[in-house]
Amino acid sequence: MTLEVFGFWALAVVLVGSALAVVLTKNLFHSVLWLALALTGTAGIFLMLDAEFLAGVQILLYAGGVVTVVVFAIVVTERLVGTKLSHTSRRAWLGGGVAAMFLAVMLSQLARVPLSPLKIPMESDPTRLIGSAVLTRFLLPFELLAVVLLVSLLAASYFARPEE
Amino acid sequence: MGLHAYLALAAVVFAIGLFGVITRRNMVGILLGIELMLNAVNINLVAFSRFNGEVTGMVLTVFAICITVAEVALGLAIVILLFRTRRTAMADHVDWLKG
Repeated sequence: MTLEVFGFWALAVVLVGSALAVVLTKNLFHSVLWLALALTGTAGIFLMLDAEFLAGVQILLYAGGVVTVVVFAIVVTERLVGTKLSHTSRRAWLGGGVAAMFLAVMLSQLARVPLSPLKIPMESDPTRLIGSAVLTRFLLPFELLAVVLLVSLLAASYFARPEE
Repeated sequence: MGLHAYLALAAVVFAIGLFGVITRRNMVGILLGIELMLNAVNINLVAFSRFNGEVTGMVLTVFAICITVAEVALGLAIVILLFRTRRTAMADHVDWLKG
């Protein structure tokens, strides 16, 4: 077993296990912490795919930013209502059925398609390529993304404004 | 590991996220499920990008991550707003638009 295969399976176990914990655990706070582990596992997968920049962004924005924001929201809402948020599941059979059917369709289609098992080498360092692509071919979407972030920032602070 | 392995892993994570979105009753829980699903899509994008030696997928992943963060910030702002007015975080209790 080579190091790559071992690393992949270890990350896959961490990722799937923590993802299951996110959707199954009863405690909402624990759910968020498991999500942080799942997102960090994804960063590891990105590292295995030579996307160091994306792994860094993943940890900074997701595991750092998103998880912090969600924890804040939970604490604030629990403080507002004065009780613990309940975090139960319902319709487990429906959800399990839909998810299993989706998975079966995806995997059976995947098994049919011939895909290359070999990595075609990138032209140069992926980080360098991302940087130049964002400022040349993808310049307009990149600038629009800045507008989207500004609008969502304004909207979020408008929604969360103090009551008059 | 081939491309198949990464795509299968992403499909499994996506299915788990789908399960969470369908079964969770708390709005924050539903948001966490959506996070998992978006994360699985990002794995797909990066895997295709790497195995084809083409950087487009990674650029799309950067965009997807940014959009996701904006989505989470807005979603949680709405959750907090609903909490203030309705004192609930259950998606079933938000039925003002019911005819």
